[in-house]
Amino acid sequence: MSIILDHVNYIYGGDTPLAVRALDDICLQIPDGQFIGIIGHTGSGKSTLVQHLNGLLKASSGSIYFNGEDIYDRDYDRKKLRSKVGLVFQYPEHQLFETDVFTDVCFGPKNLGLDKKEVELRAYDALRKVGLPDELFYQSPFDLSGGQKRRAAIAGVLAMKPEVLVLDEPTAGLDPKGREEILQQIRELQKKTGMTVILVSHSMEDVAEYVDRIIVMNRGRVMYDDVPKEVFRHGKELEEVGLAPPQVTYILQELRRRGLQVDTDATTVEEAADVVMRALQYVT
Amino acid sequence: MLRDITLGQYYQTESVIHRLDPRVKLAGTLLFIISLFFFKNFIGYLIAAVFLMLVIRLSHVPFRFMVRGMRAVLFLLLLTVVFNLFLTPGEPLVILWKVTITKEGLKTAINMAVRLSLLVVGSSVMTLTTTPNNLTDGMEKGLRPLKVFRVPVHEVAMMMSIALRFIPILMEETDKIMKAQIARGADFESGNIIRRAKALVPLLVPLFISAFRRANDLAMAMEARCYRGGEGRTKMKPLIYQKRDRIAYLCILIYLTVGIWLGRLQLPAIG
Repeated sequence: MSIILDHVNYIYGGDTPLAVRALDDICLQIPDGQFIGIIGHTGSGKSTLVQHLNGLLKASSGSIYFNGEDIYDRDYDRKKLRSKVGLVFQYPEHQLFETDVFTDVCFGPKNLGLDKKEVELRAYDALRKVGLPDELFYQSPFDLSGGQKRRAAIAGVLAMKPEVLVLDEPTAGLDPKGREEILQQIRELQKKTGMTVILVSHSMEDVAEYVDRIIVMNRGRVMYDDVPKEVFRHGKELEEVGLAPPQVTYILQELRRRGLQVDTDATTVEEAADVVMRALQYVT
Repeated sequence: MLRDITLGQYYQTESVIHRLDPRVKLAGTLLFIISLFFFKNFIGYLIAAVFLMLVIRLSHVPFRFMVRGMRAVLFLLLLTVVFNLFLTPGEPLVILWKVTITKEGLKTAINMAVRLSLLVVGSSVMTLTTTPNNLTDGMEKGLRPLKVFRVPVHEVAMMMSIALRFIPILMEETDKIMKAQIARGADFESGNIIRRAKALVPLLVPLFISAFRRANDLAMAMEARCYRGGEGRTKMKPLIYQKRDRIAYLCILIYLTVGIWLGRLQLPAIG
């Protein structure tokens, strides 16, 4: 049970001279239950990549297998695939349309042809999972704050009970507190349900703390694909493609350069604090 | 998905026609179209076609781009031809079972087909060689005399250029919204007309909201830069007639006189 991408290429603009190779020979394996971060600069192909996972875009060449089945097979049910691989886009404004939040979240499961009771049950469950307070359920989605809208949008996809949840820049445009809250919630959700979660972001900071694995995209290619610690070792290369390791990595590297024996592998603030304390022998 | 649709089909290249004042091109296109309705014989159409060919050659736009505009009206063209061909009463030419093609029918059908093709290609030349902004600029200046009749020329031109500017943005937005809803299982492609119309609601609501929001933001931004209508407003690149524009006007005039003079001659009937 997994997603496999086998030499996937995608070219925008077909046969015109303006054609752009958005994905260049992508080979990936995404096993069940992993929490993955896809990172890349604007235009690196990360959004294009995730739109292939649920069949919204069709690869120019190469194949994608979901649970062992080729999704480009002629008789493959792509509508079902979209319910299995839930994709939440960057702007909640692009999907919220109903008169109240609850009805909006019902839209997804209703499209799956479920009966009314099941639809409402799922919608309620999804809204609870994203941590939207009950009193907002019957408000207009357009009256919500940025973070609440984002939650409603995520719930709208969660209600379809996907096996894989893909979030395209879920924190864009949120303040630091809202960002933290959303990411915490996603992590909790991932832990509780054991669902595969793919987080697309251009910020290392966002991703480092939460994910098991980081895929760095650059110019349509997979540049690194490893656990965060390993990826951040390539600080210089990351900087060259417009990305940066978390700030704590810089601090630790600088400390080390100045002679403090710290382990520079720490990726989160807590870990870093721990490492520094140990180096200063404040360990109890 | 929606990216394939192109509106405002400007073709970027360097040519005399591109550099012409948009007013010349607007007036020229209008006169060219009007001239097509004056012709009574094939010589007129021949002159029009030759004139158009010359302009296309001068414009450096590949011919296939001109014909691309034809595709959109192909259905209309065929319909006109078919109706004229079979439904015009007159001297029978060919009789196939119950269908009769008359001499007059054939004549009108060819007449209409040629006229329509020239008309479409003629206006394509203008849109292919003039940026939308230039076009509205030309329209604004060219229609200025209408101000006497209290026609808000500047406002209309401004509205048009804003509308044109927003087409690609809203297209892209539509594409994104469609994708977001398809990801939630929306189906825009199957079902009968009523179901399809209903399926558009999840697309149209976010689109309208976003359009209103953008309009609001734009109005605010314009006001912040002290925009208050056309009164006393100057242009960064004012339209001034050059020598080439005068020559172009002269060419159009020559075409019109020769075309209409020869095109209205009573030719001896053939056959």
